[in-house]
Amino acid sequence: MHRTGRGGTALPGLVAATIDPFILRDLTARLPGGSAMVIGTNGKTTTTRLFGTILETAGLKVANNRSGSNLLRGLTSTLLNQASLDGKLAADMGLFEVDEAAFPKAQAKILPKLILINNLFRDQLDRYGEIDTVRKQWANTIKTMVPGTTLVLNADDPSMVYLARFAPEGVRTVFFGLDHPPLALTELPHAVDAARCIVCGTTLIYDAIYISHMGHYHCPNCGFHRPDPDFVVKAIELSVEDGSQFVLNTPDGPLDLKVGVPGLYNVYNAAGAAAATLTLGIAPAHVKEGLAKFKSVFGRIERVSLGDDRYLLLALVKNPVGFNEVLRMLTNDPVKRLKMMIVINDLYADGRDVSWLWDVDFEILAERLDFAQTGGLRATDMANRLKYAGIKPSKISWEENIAASLEKALEYIEPGETLYITPTYTAMLQLREVLTKKGLVVPFWEE
Amino acid sequence: MKLEIAFLYHDLMNIYGDRGNIITMTQRAKWRGIDVNVSSLTVGDKVDPDKYDFYFFGGGQDKEQYTVADDLQGETGRALKEAAANGAVFLTICGGYQLMGHYYRPDKGKDIPGIGVLDVYTVAGKKRCIGNVIVETEFGNLVAFENHSGKTFLGPKARPLGKSVVGFGNNAKDGQEGAIQGNVFGCYLHGSVLPKNPHFADHLLQLSLKRRYGNVELAPLDDSIEMAAHRAATKRAYATR
Repeated sequence: MHRTGRGGTALPGLVAATIDPFILRDLTARLPGGSAMVIGTNGKTTTTRLFGTILETAGLKVANNRSGSNLLRGLTSTLLNQASLDGKLAADMGLFEVDEAAFPKAQAKILPKLILINNLFRDQLDRYGEIDTVRKQWANTIKTMVPGTTLVLNADDPSMVYLARFAPEGVRTVFFGLDHPPLALTELPHAVDAARCIVCGTTLIYDAIYISHMGHYHCPNCGFHRPDPDFVVKAIELSVEDGSQFVLNTPDGPLDLKVGVPGLYNVYNAAGAAAATLTLGIAPAHVKEGLAKFKSVFGRIERVSLGDDRYLLLALVKNPVGFNEVLRMLTNDPVKRLKMMIVINDLYADGRDVSWLWDVDFEILAERLDFAQTGGLRATDMANRLKYAGIKPSKISWEENIAASLEKALEYIEPGETLYITPTYTAMLQLREVLTKKGLVVPFWEE
Repeated sequence: MKLEIAFLYHDLMNIYGDRGNIITMTQRAKWRGIDVNVSSLTVGDKVDPDKYDFYFFGGGQDKEQYTVADDLQGETGRALKEAAANGAVFLTICGGYQLMGHYYRPDKGKDIPGIGVLDVYTVAGKKRCIGNVIVETEFGNLVAFENHSGKTFLGPKARPLGKSVVGFGNNAKDGQEGAIQGNVFGCYLHGSVLPKNPHFADHLLQLSLKRRYGNVELAPLDDSIEMAAHRAATKRAYATR
């Protein structure tokens, strides 16, 4: 089967999985270098891409699922698209980004030699169920890992450290984490999921908070605590335009690394990818080169030039934590004024409940916004949220139609300026369609 | 004039963005020159039943709900009962609503007791009720989002908040949503509910101020953005269910 001509990446997989439920196992079992999987609520697409870029830099041919098709059908169709007619994959290794709900089935079918888990956040509760349910499901899946395989976990997320307890004997556990006090927050943001000890329910004590509930923590009651990570990120320097630089302390000594995508959460993503690939035995030089040359993933963070010295910066938002991090990145410079367009849809892939907008700390924008245009099916909900965050109604404008909304926003952008656009998933797809028609971006399935 | 707000179990019962209700009460009071103090309370904190005019109690996950239910059986539960009896206003949503009732009956295991200030009880259901809702009430139509598996039934002392025009409501059977008993309000309305139902927010605000300041005339506000969101949500509710 050949790759489909349009963006609908899950259809061949649906057909094949219906015909042959074992096809995923057969296909992956033939990969000489085995497979790795990336799981997590936030940043798994970027992490998988970073991971893949490093592997490719090291000369490996990688079979992977691109363009965010991370449910089981997407995995199957990706592999079918990349397989030859006799069902062989012309690849050395498989690398798969797996949706949180698909993790148990993907583990059973792929049996990867390495699983990297970034984090666990509250994300679209109407789709996945409660965070405790997801954590339990992950724990049960980890119990089925085969001896000799590796679990790479973020030590700064209490859920990850809790999950490590479920790794069977013979499974190697590797932790990574941040240690850079100047960037630590002093209090937990509002959208926090895990302020309580997962083991005993006591309020956790944080010595440092980096993103949401991730940081340096311990339980004063039962002693549950952040372990000393095997890979430690230090000396972080953030820049919206150039990405981030940091030092990664590894068991084999420090590495100076640079990652070409901005934001502290991308430092976590890069650290996870580096820890995983170094653990797999990839040379440090390839890790360094791979991270440095990495370009942004579809829509996660993307800079578009309008050709007249005006720019767009697009950053996908899908939950309060991710949105808070984007806002933190945009307000990093204390004097910069912002012009923003926020596009909120409420279709299935976006999460149908827009309540989550009230967990995002838009209050941080109150003194910083020159202008905000909202768009999408919930343009008015978003406009209302901004009003209640303390932004003057005279600075807020809304228009549901995304193309028209963009036109309106662009009227306010002067030469040399950037419009910062934060769309939800389906809003991003629609926005890309608008930009593609203008000849400004290429369709994502051709990337 | 000062409005004292208690955010009950702020760190445990805070999913589904229900914090928007606190933000709305706070802003709508401040825009009218009324001072506001929000106390975020949690397990182990002492609640002074005379201090607060408005209590907010949101939804939580199962695990957190057990911790909270346990805490409510002690000092906190007694203080909340006293506050309710003295006319303090309560807005309780989802898990909070269930715990204001007599009990929650899970699939297996023992009943989880509530504090019984609402004459309602809840039974675990198999099917999750999820989606946009419209509720017809004496305060005008409310637009919101429901997401619950518990089915709540009203006893004779509680009256429904309203009639489900779109959505499952309390129990997917009797076509009703929420409960009111005295100044205690319970419902399954997320969204958050108050920001795009400013008429309901103002009713709660007026009621909250009444206990200490009598009948307070609230200055009118420009609600054009709020009502645009209300209309858009109404449109989405009909389009999606």
